[in-house]
Amino acid sequence: MTGVQPAIRLTGLTKSFGSVHAVDGVDLDIIEGEFFSMLGPSGSGKTTVLRLIAGFEQPTSGTISLLGQDVTDRAPFDRDVNTVFQDYALFPHMSVLDNVAYGLRVRGVAKRARHEQARQALDTVRLGSFADRKPSQLSGGQRQRVALARATVVQPKVLLLDEPLGALDLKLREQMQVELKELQRTLGITFIFVTHDQQEALTLSDRIAVFNEGKIEQLGTPAEIYERPASPFVAAFVGTSNIFDDTVSQTLLGRAGTHSVRPEKVSVTTENRPLSADRTAAGVLAEVIYVGSSTQLIVDLDAGTRVVVLEQNDAHRVATNGRGARVTVGWNDSDIVTLAPPVLTSHP
Amino acid sequence: MRLSRPARGLLAAITAVVLALIYLPLLVVFVNSFSTSQNLTWPPPGFTLEWWAKAFQSDGALDAVLTSLQVALASTAVALVLGTLISLGLQRFEFFGRDAISLLVILPIALPGIVTGIALNNAFRTGLGVQLSILTLIIAHATFCIVTVFNNVIARLRRLGTSLEDASSDLGAGIWTTFRLVTFPQLRSALFAGGLLAFALSFDEIIVTTFTAGSSVKTLPLWILDNLFRPHQAPVVNVIAVVLVLVSIIPIYFAQRIAGAEKVVR
Repeated sequence: MTGVQPAIRLTGLTKSFGSVHAVDGVDLDIIEGEFFSMLGPSGSGKTTVLRLIAGFEQPTSGTISLLGQDVTDRAPFDRDVNTVFQDYALFPHMSVLDNVAYGLRVRGVAKRARHEQARQALDTVRLGSFADRKPSQLSGGQRQRVALARATVVQPKVLLLDEPLGALDLKLREQMQVELKELQRTLGITFIFVTHDQQEALTLSDRIAVFNEGKIEQLGTPAEIYERPASPFVAAFVGTSNIFDDTVSQTLLGRAGTHSVRPEKVSVTTENRPLSADRTAAGVLAEVIYVGSSTQLIVDLDAGTRVVVLEQNDAHRVATNGRGARVTVGWNDSDIVTLAPPVLTSHP
Repeated sequence: MRLSRPARGLLAAITAVVLALIYLPLLVVFVNSFSTSQNLTWPPPGFTLEWWAKAFQSDGALDAVLTSLQVALASTAVALVLGTLISLGLQRFEFFGRDAISLLVILPIALPGIVTGIALNNAFRTGLGVQLSILTLIIAHATFCIVTVFNNVIARLRRLGTSLEDASSDLGAGIWTTFRLVTFPQLRSALFAGGLLAFALSFDEIIVTTFTAGSSVKTLPLWILDNLFRPHQAPVVNVIAVVLVLVSIIPIYFAQRIAGAEKVVR
């Protein structure tokens, strides 16, 4: 035994479409029972990895193991994983109940038994009274829940979710996020969730893999990804970051390399007021944007770069004058993240 | 869009003329089928049901209808099976020469019937050494019937995409189960529409038929052509024509209803 067996293990996974490497040598272990997110912009390869795990695509090279078994060459119907599709892919000619019972039907479960199980699955997603409707008679959120019931009723080892909340409006999406998380806890199975929404990934996941150009840019817990981004790409893609390149870093931080600091870690005060921070810099307030619970301040530093500051709108908020006012910003060294080592100048 | 009063009047008049050109001749056939004149003189001198009675007693006419039905049904059946298979092959798989095959499948409907007819006649008789019969006729008709099925099915497959089939496979269904439970139900109306067209094409086909039917095989169009200019048979031909008009309204009506129903669902 070599410790805990991963639910999914990808080894050197590569998928090329012509000369384009959609997935480029991905190695990844996904732990059993975790809520795992693959986060990235469109075209970053995250959906292709999901389709490779499901078996809809064949990898150009590399292997896929499911609970220790190599399933690389197996057809989708021969893999113990199920998918919730982005467009739900409900069968339009079948009732909601028959849709949910489909996986059981093709496994040869008798009509009575499969309908009973399907009804239970529909009850768990609170759609029990919609069993006899056609998918076209449901709203987007309801179709989403039917798709979830259909994929989970066959008790897969791993559930794959391909941007399942993408088509829903914001309110419904937030509600479904909570439901997804609860469902995952109840079922106790591994969820692999593909999304381009960094907020969604941070909220839901136990671990996140950030994809960029077919490769995993960073792998870690939401806190690690957010607080310690490993590269300029991750720092920019996940949340908002102030990124200082080599030159700016030397001026502002007194060290070489590329660095970043989150807007909420930057403090601000009107000029000439004391600011308790390891380092400070002076500048002009360029924009003040009220965003509800907080206010976003954009400051043009004298050092020639622009920083974004996020201030909570509470009683202690430092009064700042409007646009054009001189301000001082500051941050602590511990909040500075090194994204890339100093640029090496070549020796003659 | 708004049209001026004279423009609307003009368009209405043109429409009326075009529709009249199409349907007045049919009306003449209808009236003549009850005419007492054998030479189709106009206006008809009197009313009689004699030709209708004769038509339903005419063995030649009834046999011809039956032959045409057999040929049309058989070639449509062949076209449905082969057309569906080739659409699935060309739409769901990628392989070398795919576009070329697609073109070769569609081509027979564009080829002049006389060319297809001569080519098949040569191929059957001299190439394969087969006697012309109802079977050679069915094969000949199937070559162009496939096209209507193929066009309908491949358009449907393209619109459907693969996500339903992926979902079915994902839920554990093998290829055949997926086809039976998911793909086929989605294709049903496309198959019906393609099949109706194929049936209609075969039923009134005469050029290819002339070259590929055995001498003992008499389809309805062949029988009509034979009898139209025989003075005693002309009124009977009119009766058959009227019956055909009535019969062809039925599939058109269903085809329209299917098209209408699909629009509502979408």
